[in-house]
Order: sequence, then C-alpha cells, then structure tokens
Amino acid sequence: MGRLSVNLCGIELDNPVIPASGTFGYGAEFAALYDINVLGTFSFKGTTLAPRYGNPTPRIAEAAGGMLNAVGLQNPGVDAVIAEELPKLRKVFHKPVMANVSGFSTEEYVKVCEKLDACPEIGWLEVNISCPNVHGGGMAFGTDPKAAAEVTKAVKAVTTKPVIMKLSPNVSDITAIARACADAGADALSLINTMLAMRIDLKTRKPVLANTTGGLSGPAVFPVALRMVYQCAKAVQIPIIGLGGVSSAEDVIEMMLAGATAVQIGAQNLTQPFICRDVIARLPAVMDAYGIENLKDIIGGAL
Amino acid sequence: MDQVVLTIKENAPIARDVYRMVLAGDVSAVTAPGQFINIALAGSFLRRPISVCDCTGDALTILYKVVGHGTAQMAQMAPGERLDVLTGLGNGFDLRAAHGRVLLVGGGIGAAPLYWLARELKMRGVDATAILGFNTREDIFYAPEFSALCARVILATADGSCGVKGFVTDAMDGVEYDYFYTCGPEPMLKAVYRASKSDGEFSFEERMGCGFGACMGCTCKTITGWKRICKDGPVLRKGEIAWAD
Ligand SMILES: Cc1cc2nc3c(=O)[nH]c(=O)nc-3n(C[C@H](O)[C@H](O)[C@H](O)COP(=O)(O)OP(=O)(O)OC[C@H]3O[C@@H](n4cnc5c(N)ncnc54)[C@H](O)[C@@H]3O)c2cc1C
Ligand SMILES: Cc1cc2nc3c(=O)[nH]c(=O)nc-3n(C[C@H](O)[C@H](O)[C@H](O)COP(=O)(O)O)c2cc1C
Ligand code: FES
Repeated sequence: MGRLSVNLCGIELDNPVIPASGTFGYGAEFAALYDINVLGTFSFKGTTLAPRYGNPTPRIAEAAGGMLNAVGLQNPGVDAVIAEELPKLRKVFHKPVMANVSGFSTEEYVKVCEKLDACPEIGWLEVNISCPNVHGGGMAFGTDPKAAAEVTKAVKAVTTKPVIMKLSPNVSDITAIARACADAGADALSLINTMLAMRIDLKTRKPVLANTTGGLSGPAVFPVALRMVYQCAKAVQIPIIGLGGVSSAEDVIEMMLAGATAVQIGAQNLTQPFICRDVIARLPAVMDAYGIENLKDIIGGAL
Repeated sequence: MDQVVLTIKENAPIARDVYRMVLAGDVSAVTAPGQFINIALAGSFLRRPISVCDCTGDALTILYKVVGHGTAQMAQMAPGERLDVLTGLGNGFDLRAAHGRVLLVGGGIGAAPLYWLARELKMRGVDATAILGFNTREDIFYAPEFSALCARVILATADGSCGVKGFVTDAMDGVEYDYFYTCGPEPMLKAVYRASKSDGEFSFEERMGCGFGACMGCTCKTITGWKRICKDGPVLRKGEIAWAD
C-alpha cells in the first residue's frame, strides 16, 4: 500500500480523493479529460427511482468563493443508470465506484439501493438524505434524527455493501443526526451537502435561481464543513468522508486532521476540471512539507 | 475541450459597452463556429462563457458586452495579460446543413458567433445575407466586417437611428432564404422562430456551472429529450426546440 492509501469500510483506496456527487456526472466528461483511475473513487450523480428532470433554469448562481445550485437531482433514473451508465463506466474506470442515492420516501431509497446492490461495479452506497421527505411533511430526512435513522435501517436491510449516510449541514446540531445514523447501523458518514442559500438580481429585483433558493458550495463553506466533520468525528466511531469547499492538497490534509478518512471535492471540479488529478499529484510534496509519512496516520490527528 | 492559458493580444472597445479581445495561444480544441470558451477571472468562482467570434490557427477573437462585474473586469485588462480558459466547448453550428441562400440573424452581442460562420460560408461560396439588429446606432459593431463576407447586410435598429426601424424580424420580411442561423437574446430567438420560413439553427444562452456537461446546471427540454446547453448545445436545430407558441 502506498503512502496515500486509506481504507474506507473495508475497501482500500489508492488515495483519499473522491469527486463529489453531482459534480462528476457518471464519469464520462472527465474520462475524456484525464485517466480517472488516478482517483480513489468517485461518487456518481444522485440517482432516484424514476427519471427526474429537476428544476427550471436558471439553476446556477455565483457567490463570493463559491456557487449556488438548484439542479434538483436531474438524473435518468436508476434503471437507465444500471443499463446505460455503468456499462459505459466499466470501460474507463476499473475501481469500485460510489453510488449516490436520493429518494423522497423510505421506500424509494430502499428500492434504489436494492437495485444498485446487485451491481458489481459499485463499492459503496452513499445515501443523500438532504431531499424532502414527501410522506413526513416535506422536511428533509437529514434534518430529523428519527427519519435519518429509519432510512439508514431500511437501506442496511437490503444491501451488503457499505452504507454511507450523507448529511445536510442545514441543522442546528449535526452530531444528533450523525449519532442517529451511526446507531442505526450506518457504515460511514459523508458531510457536508450544500448549505441552503439564495441570491437576488439587482436589475430584476427577483431571485437569480428559478427555484428561489439553492445550495451553496465551494471554498466559502470549507471552515463550516471542517467544523462539522470535527464535531461528528468526536461524536461517532464510524469513518467520515469530509467534504465542502476542499480545493487543495492542504485542504485534504486539514480535513483528515479533523477526522476524515477520505475527502470529496465537489464544485471545484466544475471550474477547475483537473483539480482532483492535480491535488492527488501534489499530495506527496505537501505531506513531505508537513512531515507526514503515511496519510492514514493523520486521520483525526487534531481531535 | 482543453484547459489552456491564452495571452491577450488586443482588448479595445468597438461600440458602446462592447469590446473585442484577441487571445493567442493553443486554440486547437476550437473546431467550429458557434462554440464557446469559458474564462476564469480572478476573484470570481464561476467562469464566464463567451462565444468564439473568430478563430485562426493560433488565436481567437471574442466580442463581449459589459453587463456585470466579470465583463467589467475584462474590459480593464491589458495586452500581455494571461487568461485561464476552457476552449472548444459546445457543439457549434452545423455548416453541412447550409444549402441554397443562407440567412444569418444576429441580435446585439449575439452577432459575434455569426462572424466566423459567415467567413466559413464565404469560403464555401455560399450566398449569405446577414441581418444585424441593435437598439441604436451607437451599439452597432462589425457592419463592415460582415459586409466583406456576406452578399447583403441589413441593419435594423429599434429606434430607427440606422437602417430598418424595428426588430430583426421586420428586416426578415423581404429576404429570400433556404436555411438560417441565429443568435441573440431569447425573446428575439422566439420572434425569429415564429417568423422563419425555413429550417435553421438557434444558439442559446444559459447560466452555467461548468460549461462542459458535468453539472446539469444548464439543461433544457427539447423535442428530442433533455439537452445540456453547454454540451449538447448551445446550438439547437429548429425542429428540436420545444416552444409552445
Ligand atoms: C454559450 C454562451 C455564449 C455567450 N457568448 C457571449 C458573447 O460572445 N459575448 C458576450 O458579451 N456575452 C456572451 N454570453 C453571455 C455572457 O456569458 C455573460 O454576459 C457574462 O457571463 C456576464 O458576466 P458578468 O460577470 O459581467 O455578469 P454578472 O451578472 O455579474 O454575472 C453573474 C453570474 O451570472 C452569469 N451570467 C450573467 N449573464 C449571463 C448570461 N447572459 N448567460 C450566461 N451566464 C450569465 C455569469 O457568468 C456569472 O456566473 C454568452 C453566454 C453563453 C451561455
Ligand atoms: C451542481 C451540484 C450538484 C450536486 N448534486 C448532488 C447530488 O446529486 N447528490 C448529492 O448528494 N450531493 C450533490 N451535490 C453536493 C456535493 O456533492 C457536495 O456535497 C457539496 O457541493 C459540497 O462540496 P463542495 O463545496 O466541494 O462542492 C451537488 C453539488 C453541486 C455543486
Ligand atoms: S453548465 Fe454544467 S452541464 Fe452545462
């Protein structure tokens, strides 16, 4: 095992760098740019049971140090992902991929996970619980410890693959959700998803996003994400994937010191398409500069 | 698509709030008129998508209108400065579809990508007419440049200060054509769609997260399915467009 390798729920990663869901599609656009096998793995676009068009445009707005998106989980649906995207991916990516799953009811999460459980290409199921719970009155699963635990248990019951629960930062105490997921049997957590935000156009005096609000991500959120990773790492024993504003090899190390076993990079892929490849290439030099022999030794080093 | 560093060779105003910038460097990824580039600007997280107005072996030209802080920043840049640019984005116009008499319809800054298209059409000996619409006389740019490439150039201004008084569609009435290409603000594209008497192609704009197909930020519904303006567009064929009216 190399200096950069880490172990995520029993699967060895060559390095801890993982493009985040929604910023890497199903891999094809980036496979055309560089050999994506240099990645630890990547998390594919949030996938739901039925195809989803998502929100009307504009879906994108800018912010200082980041961006807002209100894509609304556009995806072709799980059956098309299995029939069309995974066979294409197999040709260019030879590592286990992380499947990102979304749903609007516990049953939907379960059905999607059941289908993805049968796919040998998939290493982990990353369950995004930031979507509104249509049965529970529209509140996001990720803001209610009971609902988060229910989804975790239900998904765990239908898969043997490691289940990573992806947490929303839009809560007053993220450790309560983290504990609920861990107690319900989650194998790992990933955090954070985007922060609820909005922008108004001064010329039209209307919200920039057709959806009015969207999720903020990018370097602006890094300190918030880091703080939440640190708090959750103190609260639970399971591995944590840290993300939110990561844009350099230094940020990867900082996230790992806060308790992250692996690190995802999201919005930065959109504006610097080679960022993940470049961060991985630069990690050894930055490790040398800070006297780090093996990356796995620093996980939780600041706790 | 390529990520390249391009050097500013020229950057000067050519009309009210409109600038022409020439960027030199490796532009080999740019393959068709109607494609765009995505420019990184210091201090802004998102890149700025701008159409390629012309492209030769080792340089490309863009025309841009100052509308916000990014384009205002670009207007302050001096020759010699370097820009981080994603090149060769989007599908571009389909030159093979051109047949018979071709009409080009540009609205405001939307005329920019039609220039390289006009040059390619001229090289193929195609009979082209350009209709260029502006708000007023001070906004007009590239009229002599289009005149050098097109058999006819008709200018239209909303206030009548130059050429036909009215919109590009008012100027379209008397023109005979077999195929058309158009780029401009969406209300103008809709008007051209309704007024057009032949098949043709439309170049669209949308707010973009990436510009190369990764984020689903720019999707629109078409007759042939969901399309990403940045990757499956920005140019759509008339028959694909799903406008109700
Ligand atoms: C495919 C394509 C080709 C384009 N070609 C040209 C061109 O050749 N010349 C030209 O002058 N303009 C062109 N535009 C529009 C140009 O991208 C915007 O005018 C520019 O991004 C505005 O940036 P700003 O910082 O000055 O404005 P701000 O309003 O401050 O920008 C804020 C954010 O909104 C985005 N934005 C604002 N207006 C638009 C718009 N109309 N389309 C897409 N994003 C927008 C910006 O990129 C930025 O992310 C094109 C747009 C697209 C999508
Ligand atoms: C355009 C866009 C689309 C996203 N789509 C998803 C998604 O489908 N599922 C998901 O779990 N997270 C999604 N996210 C959230 C990211 O995976 C990530 O959690 C967030 O952006 C924070 O990381 P960053 O600051 O590095 O971007 C999306 C983010 C962006 C910018
Ligand atoms: S802007 Fe990202 S897919 Fe078009």
